[in-house]
Amino acid sequence: MCIKNSRQLKQVQRDFLTRDKQFTRKALICCGTGCLANGAQAIVDEFRIVMKKKRITGFSFEAVRSTGCHGFCEQGPLVIIEPEGIFYTKVKTSQVTDIIDTTIRKGVVIERLLFTNPVDGQKITHYPEVDFFTHQQRIVLRNLGKIAPHDIKEYIGNGGYAALDKALRRMQPQEVIDEISRSGLRGRGGGGFSTGRKWQTCADVESEMRYVVCNGDEGDPGAFMDRSIMEGDPHAVLEGMIIAAYAVGANQGYIYVREEYPLAVIHVQKAIEDCREIGLLGKNIFGTEFSFDIRIARGAGAFVCGESSALMKSVAGEVGEPRAKYIRSVVKGLYDQPTVLNNVETYANVPIIIDKGANWYCKIGTPKSAGTKVFSLVGKVRNTGLIEVPMGITLRRIIFDVGGGIIDDRPFKAVQTGGPSGGCLPDSMLDLPVDFDTLTANGSMMGSGGMIVMDDLTCMVDVARYFLEFLVKESCGKCVPCREGLYQLHGLVQKVCAGQGSEQDLDRMEQLSEVIVRGSLCGLGQSGPNPLLSTLKYFREEYLEHILHRRCPAGVCRDLIIYTINEKCTGCGACVKPCADVAITGEKKKLHVIDQDKCTQCGACMAVCNFDAVEVH
Amino acid sequence: MVTLTINGKQIKAPAGEMLLETIRRQDIEIPALCHHAAVEPFGACRLCTVEITRQSWDGWKNYVTSCLFPVEEGLIVQTHSSEVTRIRCTILDLLLASSPNSRVIQDLASEYGILASSYVVDAAGDDCILCGLCTRVCSELGMNAIATVERGRLKKVDTPFSEPSASCIGCTICAQVCPTGHIRFEERGLKRKIWYKEFKLIACSECGRSLKLTPEMKQYFSERQQLPEDYLEQCADCKQKQTVDRFNRIIDRSEEVI
Ligand SMILES: Cc1cc2nc3c(=O)[nH]c(=O)nc-3n(C[C@H](O)[C@H](O)[C@H](O)COP(=O)(O)O)c2cc1C
Ligand code: SF4
Ligand code: SF4
Ligand code: SF4
Ligand code: SF4
Ligand code: FES
Ligand code: FES
Repeated sequence: MCIKNSRQLKQVQRDFLTRDKQFTRKALICCGTGCLANGAQAIVDEFRIVMKKKRITGFSFEAVRSTGCHGFCEQGPLVIIEPEGIFYTKVKTSQVTDIIDTTIRKGVVIERLLFTNPVDGQKITHYPEVDFFTHQQRIVLRNLGKIAPHDIKEYIGNGGYAALDKALRRMQPQEVIDEISRSGLRGRGGGGFSTGRKWQTCADVESEMRYVVCNGDEGDPGAFMDRSIMEGDPHAVLEGMIIAAYAVGANQGYIYVREEYPLAVIHVQKAIEDCREIGLLGKNIFGTEFSFDIRIARGAGAFVCGESSALMKSVAGEVGEPRAKYIRSVVKGLYDQPTVLNNVETYANVPIIIDKGANWYCKIGTPKSAGTKVFSLVGKVRNTGLIEVPMGITLRRIIFDVGGGIIDDRPFKAVQTGGPSGGCLPDSMLDLPVDFDTLTANGSMMGSGGMIVMDDLTCMVDVARYFLEFLVKESCGKCVPCREGLYQLHGLVQKVCAGQGSEQDLDRMEQLSEVIVRGSLCGLGQSGPNPLLSTLKYFREEYLEHILHRRCPAGVCRDLIIYTINEKCTGCGACVKPCADVAITGEKKKLHVIDQDKCTQCGACMAVCNFDAVEVH
Repeated sequence: MVTLTINGKQIKAPAGEMLLETIRRQDIEIPALCHHAAVEPFGACRLCTVEITRQSWDGWKNYVTSCLFPVEEGLIVQTHSSEVTRIRCTILDLLLASSPNSRVIQDLASEYGILASSYVVDAAGDDCILCGLCTRVCSELGMNAIATVERGRLKKVDTPFSEPSASCIGCTICAQVCPTGHIRFEERGLKRKIWYKEFKLIACSECGRSLKLTPEMKQYFSERQQLPEDYLEQCADCKQKQTVDRFNRIIDRSEEVI
């Protein structure tokens, strides 16, 4: 089948909807990487086995959909029963028959499978009522968790490729660029560069060849926004890329996917093949003059490969090392041709902008940062996961409304945004609006959307040490300020962690950081000192505490803490086994003691003690 | 031609030229350890960093590596401003910590007043500063016998799997461009050893002395350049002697005729 005109596209959509209407209920089973790891595939298989034996009017295995990630992976596997939106978490295979007989057949809710709100302990029945989802605004993630990502008909059925149809038939390439420019869309990969302006520059360069490339490298530790989009809604990314290619006049595209994302590769590959089959990729797309194709390039697995020039070298089969050139890749990029490089999330925004118009889009978010942003919210919040919120929302609302506040109601200490290139913001900044410029102005950055929430048990010196350690390992080693400078900077921070730092060391850190920022070749080095500089700026007393009093107030830095056992000890002996260094002795039912000479401050005893008897000082 | 200002002096330079060339033509000395005219600029050592600004930038300044920044009309360049010097000194200080035994680095650092590194010195650090000149010239020759492996501080130059590389022709060009003399090779009589690989050296067909030429190099030259068959067979001395002999014979013969 080949779609050659708008009518045929509409027909595919209608066919899908008609087929869908015959089901009175549907079961959406999340099959993102997180839920699969928790056994989601077994749930799907169980549905298939059980439905072979049962006949239910208005339901069959065809109405069971393996969807992409909802972002609520820690509660997985998730099963949602539509149309009611009944929300089951941590589902087990043994419960599938019950779900079919009780909920799908009769519409009755199974209380014990419902999600318990961690804030008030109440059971929540429907999916949109969960705080985690209520406060979100899902535009980019609109299809995630709703549609089966490997089925192009389902994407089309939900309005997919209508934007491409509109762009190709009713808009000139320049009109597409103008629409994107007017929408105010800015790159979601880190820098926040205007997407429209980038496309315009590329289109304006005289050239025979042009490329459109999608950055799916996602190297930030703990981030999984782009992975989830590629896995859960690959066609949205492809549609965005095809529209971009039409706008700038490119005939070849690449999606650079990180090696560690096998499922994303499978889904994107399937999506590309399906597009080729129905004529949405390849020659004469939609029966027009426009031809474009996309290939997958597998990432080399290094953080620095996400940097634009390194990525392009890697796509071209060279070593993924940043290239030093004062000429931008939009002008001279992949194979030295003008190249548009955008992030996965950036492309996923494009179809909806074309579909609903720039005027609709730019009303979401703030005047200078339009639209929404997807974050991966992790750390010490009650609800962790993937979230999409309008730009301009405050950090407080993200952490306390979407995230449900800090675990165990401990005090909030800092939030780290922007991954290894970003910074830490303290509680005095909780009411800052989250947008590109505000975060940057305050020493952090949007980055690609990592957000780590920290409580009072987190040591900020240790946080700086952690990120520097990551960057020292990930520096490509090409230029001296980054390779040697970050290494020495890490050494200085480590000295502070060990209680051997001095006040002069703090000044030296700042001076060295400045040279690394100014002197490094690529963004990795140029922004590498950010986690250190921001913690130095907002948590200087904590550094001084380590230096002047050899004390780690959060009780994290091993060289500065001791563990002791207090009189709450019942002598249960639970701590003896985990203590691999056999530092704990004591008779049964009597107070145990820690031999400080043998203790390595691993904290294992504290983690297992049920009586709060182990203390850290 | 474009007009720009370097350290307060108005200068004309051909469009497209890299700033470093222009600066050096003014007899201004700035270190540039990863730069070599034979290969493309690389931007690794960052020592050639200079400060640039423009009238229209309203006091805003930027720091760029002059080896790969093309000259521009109206550019205002400072090669030794206090900030530039600070960047350069810090880089030298860092290099002195990672390659503490390199004479080249020691000398350069002391020119900038740094006698000992203020950072944690890696006593076992070798002299390689990862400028990439060796790998770049080797690839420019078309050999690609050596490359960098690993990343960050573990990065080093090596042949694939630290084994003799089939494509190395033993030309030692890599060793000759190395700014710190880190690449060593041994040469004894008619034997040469470089990058784990032993080469026979061709002996002069007349006197038997070493031509300092491996058979692989000879083949390389004869494949790429139209050279007479026997061009690379005798040493320079013998060639000269042959020429003199030839003249002598001509003179002898002419005497005979007379
Ligand atoms: C060290 C480094 C790592 C980066 N990693 C990523 C990444 O994983 N994904 C990404 O989209 N952009 C990454 N970027 C930013 C890209 O270089 C580039 O700016 C971005 O892909 C452009 O797309 P956008 O305009 O849509 O944001 C990285 C930049 C640097 C300096
Ligand atoms: S800044 Fe770091 S990652 Fe970037 S080129 Fe230099 S060494 Fe490599
Ligand atoms: S902190 Fe670790 S090493 Fe020390 S007593 Fe507890 S379990 Fe043993
Ligand atoms: S000696 Fe070998 S490694 Fe060195 S430049 Fe020549 S071919 Fe390359
Ligand atoms: S061996 Fe010499 S030429 Fe090669 S990278 Fe190291 S310092 Fe540069
Ligand atoms: S994978 Fe199921 S919610 Fe993320
Ligand atoms: S000479 Fe310019 S960066 Fe090394």
